[in-house]
Amino acid sequence: MTNLTDLGIAAIRKGVVDGEFTATEVATAFNAAVAEAQVSLNAFIVITPEKALEAAAKIDADRAAGTPLGTMAGVPIGMKDLFATHGVQTTAASKILEGFMPQYESTVSQKLWDAGAGMLGKLNLDQFAMGSSNETSAFGNVVSPWRRPNDTAPLAPGGSSGGSSTAVSARLAPAATGTDTGGSIRQPAAFTGISGIKPTYGRCSRWGVVAFASSLDQAGPMARDVTDCAIMLEAMAGFDPKDSTSLNLPVPEWTANLSGDMKGKKVGIPREYRLDGIDPDVAKSWDDGIAWLKDAGAEIVDISLPHTKYALPTYYIIAPAEASSNLARYDGVRYGLRDLPDGAGLQDMYAATRAAGFGPEVKRRIMIGTYVLSAGFYDAYYTQAQKVRALIARDFTEAFKLCDVILAPTAPSSAFALGEKSADPLEMYLNDVFSVPASLAGLPAMSVPAGLDRSGLPLGLQVIGKAFDEQGVLNASLALEQRAQFTARPAKWW
Amino acid sequence: MSVDTATVAKIASLARIKVSETELQAMVPELNGILAWVEQLSEVDVTGIEPMTAVIPNTQRLREDIVNADPLTGGDRRDAVLANAPAPEHGFFGVPKVIE
Repeated sequence: MTNLTDLGIAAIRKGVVDGEFTATEVATAFNAAVAEAQVSLNAFIVITPEKALEAAAKIDADRAAGTPLGTMAGVPIGMKDLFATHGVQTTAASKILEGFMPQYESTVSQKLWDAGAGMLGKLNLDQFAMGSSNETSAFGNVVSPWRRPNDTAPLAPGGSSGGSSTAVSARLAPAATGTDTGGSIRQPAAFTGISGIKPTYGRCSRWGVVAFASSLDQAGPMARDVTDCAIMLEAMAGFDPKDSTSLNLPVPEWTANLSGDMKGKKVGIPREYRLDGIDPDVAKSWDDGIAWLKDAGAEIVDISLPHTKYALPTYYIIAPAEASSNLARYDGVRYGLRDLPDGAGLQDMYAATRAAGFGPEVKRRIMIGTYVLSAGFYDAYYTQAQKVRALIARDFTEAFKLCDVILAPTAPSSAFALGEKSADPLEMYLNDVFSVPASLAGLPAMSVPAGLDRSGLPLGLQVIGKAFDEQGVLNASLALEQRAQFTARPAKWW
Repeated sequence: MSVDTATVAKIASLARIKVSETELQAMVPELNGILAWVEQLSEVDVTGIEPMTAVIPNTQRLREDIVNADPLTGGDRRDAVLANAPAPEHGFFGVPKVIE
């Protein structure tokens, strides 16, 4: 008997369609895995086993009736708690939204349900997606299923999509949604040995996704392998008139066109990413990736992205600026928490509500954003950052005249321990050094597992593509996946 | 540019976040650390560069001027709009008294 929780999206759908097992059996198996891991891993904020079973029952009935089944039929997934789900608490992992019950469904989650997926629950994350380790959640840290050998110290699952990465790598879900503002899909995927893609900005609707930094936020899938990511991204993407930045383009058939053959393709290696003092295991996995893509037929070319070192400071002006504006809506009036001290007026209520509802990292970013947008500082910080962002995007445009895709590490290290970097915000920010540039340029980028480092923890490789060329990114990622032969998984301790 | 306690208090007030004296003292070095680090952007030559306004070229759309074209976001949804309000009153959002 197949262990159903070992299966990914494609295998589950095929098994359900072929009648090898029922969607209800799949949902039951994953519901049990979720429940068993909840105390130790804390991947979910809310679990919804009844939703998973309800969706599965519909698929089983559709199959019996001969109704055509969707591309995600019978696949129960985890939904990052940044997507509004009708009647199911949506918090962005913040106390300020505790108890918030959306009266509507986000476009992306609705598309997944329409494709036949079911919901296992709402996944934990860094508060308002601000963090790289899942330590800023108001609902407790998510713990990675991975551990160092002979060491029980809890490790970070990455962030902000840490509930998603833990759920997929611990086999609590075959796939999960993520969102990526500066690396929040790719870095957690790398930390936990799974795959994840952030598509071109505008591919997936932001309607019903709790906003962090609107010019950067993009949803994407996190799953076991490249094929599953392609299937799920196809289900998530598409034009949505309710999102003013949604791309009015048809969704390509990424899955049908998957190919790991890189003949005739040029892969750029950005020299500025080879930082002084780069972790030797990260450098080695990058070299492995270069060899694998050569083996797949690609030509390797040296490229330059001269403004790379300015990407992080640019990001840490633009993202907080947009966040300070987006998060102004949490005022204790229309939804969410209200803190009304005795005798307080309206202004005092706003200030008390926001003080009580936001966590320290969220406050820090709102404060930075407020400062860089304030009169007298706007040009020096914000306008300058928007100009440097244009230069960073131009670097990529120039580089893509010489190559089809870019290969780089996903993160500068493997997973760190919880608490290891949380004392110093700057040190935490530096973890996004390789992922932020593609976000600033709105480009599709994917992380796939490359191997294990000296402490037995996964390392990811990142493929960055031209705008709209998710296919090129998926194909190069597939070529890497076929050669990395990554089969390691965390030993079950939870 | 570095910030002092008074400036941080001013920012907190602009951001409508109540901060205690202790929090204020802790925020000053933290914000200064971050601001000193982002300061390096001033060394980039941006002569002739327009600030980026859209990362992927796109055109601004207007929705069709049709009443309730999308029932989810159209009118007659008062109860749904108020469903999550902390203090709804008589079909309105309730707030503390603002006029003496």
